[in-house]
Amino acid sequence: MSADALAPVAGSQPDSAGHFGRFGGRFVPEALVAALDELDGAWRTAIADESFRAEFGALLRDYAGTPSLLYEARRFSAKVGARVLLKREDLNHTGAHKVRNVLGQALLTKRMGKTRVIAETGAGQHGVATATAAALFDLECVVYMGEVDTERQALNVARMRMLGATVVPVTTGSRTLKDAMNEAMRDWVANVDETHYLIGTAAGPHPFPAMVRDFVRGIGDEARQQCLDLTGALPDAVTACVGGGSNALGIFHAFVPDEDVRLYGFEAGGEGVATTRHAASITGGSAGVLHGARTYVLQDADGQTLESHSISAGLDYPGIGPEHAWLHDTGRASYLPVTDAEAMAAFELLCRTEGIIPAIESAHALAGTVTLAPKLAAELGREPTIVVNLSGRGDKDVHTAGDYFGILDKEH
Amino acid sequence: MSRIGVAFDKARADGRAVLVGCMPAGFPTVEGSIAAMTAMVEAGVDVIEVEIPYSDPVMDGPVIQKASDIALAGGVRTADALRIIEAVAATGAPVVTMTYWNPIERYGVDVFARDLAAAGGTGLITPDLIPDEAAEWLAASDAHGLDRTFLVSPSSTDARVAMTVDNCRGFVYATAVMGVTGARAQTSDAAPTLVSRVRAVTDLPVGVGLGVGTGAQASTVAGYADGVIVGSALVRCVLDASSEAEGLAALRTLSAELAEGVRNPAR
Repeated sequence: MSADALAPVAGSQPDSAGHFGRFGGRFVPEALVAALDELDGAWRTAIADESFRAEFGALLRDYAGTPSLLYEARRFSAKVGARVLLKREDLNHTGAHKVRNVLGQALLTKRMGKTRVIAETGAGQHGVATATAAALFDLECVVYMGEVDTERQALNVARMRMLGATVVPVTTGSRTLKDAMNEAMRDWVANVDETHYLIGTAAGPHPFPAMVRDFVRGIGDEARQQCLDLTGALPDAVTACVGGGSNALGIFHAFVPDEDVRLYGFEAGGEGVATTRHAASITGGSAGVLHGARTYVLQDADGQTLESHSISAGLDYPGIGPEHAWLHDTGRASYLPVTDAEAMAAFELLCRTEGIIPAIESAHALAGTVTLAPKLAAELGREPTIVVNLSGRGDKDVHTAGDYFGILDKEH
Repeated sequence: MSRIGVAFDKARADGRAVLVGCMPAGFPTVEGSIAAMTAMVEAGVDVIEVEIPYSDPVMDGPVIQKASDIALAGGVRTADALRIIEAVAATGAPVVTMTYWNPIERYGVDVFARDLAAAGGTGLITPDLIPDEAAEWLAASDAHGLDRTFLVSPSSTDARVAMTVDNCRGFVYATAVMGVTGARAQTSDAAPTLVSRVRAVTDLPVGVGLGVGTGAQASTVAGYADGVIVGSALVRCVLDASSEAEGLAALRTLSAELAEGVRNPAR
């Protein structure tokens, strides 16, 4: 990592209490404030510390396999009508951008002298990434996972256990990701002295949203330079899927000051935002407080959290990171829904044109790009260049996709 | 002075602690929760804490989570909770409300404060709202004459204890342990230290909650705190009962035991 990596990007910083405009902040039990303050201090010290940057940079390069490639997807581009450049985060160790975040937070855990990490996981990807980092750093690891998800993602449960983690099925509430996050918070309140809560996305109380973003911002820092090297110019648009929002912030961040670069976050529209079966917190939600921050939330008239739905487990969350809420309010980024059906069509298109099986999460970014390309071409009067964050690989989704397309043999 | 303040003053004069008993609104039903809280008052609970159920209660352990889920599944709404508060306040016992921040923000902070005051509620305990984020609530509670109870924790620095207490009115809630609600076999060693740290910076009464479930524990906590706050153990009486009558009987028995405990502070 170069010396200016992790230098602040203009116009993208929260205030000292973690507010991005009216969003963010800390809506947490007082018991956690000391730990959040400690984490905030450790993070600020670490990113200013040359030795931390060097260690983090070496891990990202030698262990995670970054910088990830920026690949020009020519056959996909021809179908879409745009020059599409894929940021290949799917090629990272553990198969997604998430490894960047867990390595950063695991390093911080060591620096704080803590010996145990806990994490929440939905599909199991963040749980696997956390278990991986815990094994590498010799940390005790407990992963909370909704009981419904442990059944849907049994293979990832086995992966976490193979890596030495304890997986705790959560049986409260809707027994999915949001309840796993509640349970992790409860564990943290009780064990905060020796435990770091390794949150998997750019959400939660300050400093998590800004800190996680800083750990994954290499995606955009790399992509911006790679695009300049490849095309001689910045892209016309950058697209990403948004659940909690870490992969999107990771790729957006470097481009925020580039006013001519349009930023698009594609939310999980499920069966359509006109139904109750979606996970589009900005398009279909309203401002509220969930999991420690003010942001956009799927909620009822009494402020009770609504259950979300998406074919993609990684986007199936009723909130969104507060920085996205702010980028939406300021208009710097646009957030649009993509349905399950649109995502799966793009999933198939990438498989067949490029020989790349994307994560269903990332297929939302591809689908949004398919819709965006002709509009952007018309507006610009030329073929647009679009950088798409291919945030993860689809190995984990083969069963879901097989079911969806009806291509599994019956006995399976 | 608020009605809570009067209750604490009276108990102090009697050489005992105040017993605060918590029950989720609408658990097991709207009428059932009114009956439960009325029974608690009749059996010697001094102050009723009505918890407005929330879908994601991160400070609550399994017992109150389950009760909240039952209440929400039964369709209880914030407006119902306010009606319950009004009914319980009519017994004459001071009623304090507890809930997470999102339901209040969604209801409208000032409108909620107005309606809570109109229902006879004395104030609000906010488990996930710290004074740092509470500007709107500070204004609304001032405007409608409501008490504000923020939490202090064993992990709070002295500076945060002072700042938090400075923003409290009515009483201060000291969380006895690092953890969530739920009865525990042992009372906390950290709580007496925390209470004395709070007392060093305020004359406000200090209530201690988290982990108290028996008369003996109530007596121990009454030995060093002004208030003993009991939730999960009371909720469990209703949760585990096979009929409403059995639940109410168990609630009366435990309430009386706890009331006896706070009248015999361990010295």
